[in-house]
Amino acid sequence: MTAKDQIQETITANDVVLFMKGTKSMPQCGFSSRVAGVLNFMGVEFADVNVLADEEIRQGIKEFSDWPTIPQLYVKGEFVGGCDIITEMTLSGELDTLFADSGVTFDKDAAEKIRQANA
Amino acid sequence: MPITAHEIETLLRESFPQAKITVQGDDGAHFAAEVIDESFRGLNRVQQQRAVYTALKGRMDGSHGELHALALTTKAPA
Repeated sequence: MTAKDQIQETITANDVVLFMKGTKSMPQCGFSSRVAGVLNFMGVEFADVNVLADEEIRQGIKEFSDWPTIPQLYVKGEFVGGCDIITEMTLSGELDTLFADSGVTFDKDAAEKIRQANA
Repeated sequence: MPITAHEIETLLRESFPQAKITVQGDDGAHFAAEVIDESFRGLNRVQQQRAVYTALKGRMDGSHGELHALALTTKAPA
């Protein structure tokens, strides 16, 4: 299976997928850590793909998304953005809306707590 | 080779001549850039940031990209 097929299969099989450096329990880059932290805190169930463990996926996901940096968040098979975009969407409440519209379960109170802490 | 905030600004300026561009960071690897440009109007954030990455011409790319970390803020002028 090519890296592209593998990526397609992963984002089809999982509602929320984070391509990241390290794992959700042990991130290896501050940007990956921030996005994984938000998802964990919001109680979102997501698949984590450690790009450091597979050079083909690491290069492949950049081409697949036409996006040169990691982390990359996919929801329902659609590319949502990298760290800066996810941070903005978390603080603006757009991420809540996206999850709600996509039928992804999350803790609204936790999301509010993030916003209060960063107000 | 490390890149400077000034070089990043010069690269961005080539693609966004009319933009308000602010680049911060002086350690050669970690930067924060804000680009406010009329051409972003009507584009979503992913499209805006793709345009900025394109302007940086592959310097964000690959495991040996010169630019390890660029925090990016993009928007159209208010």
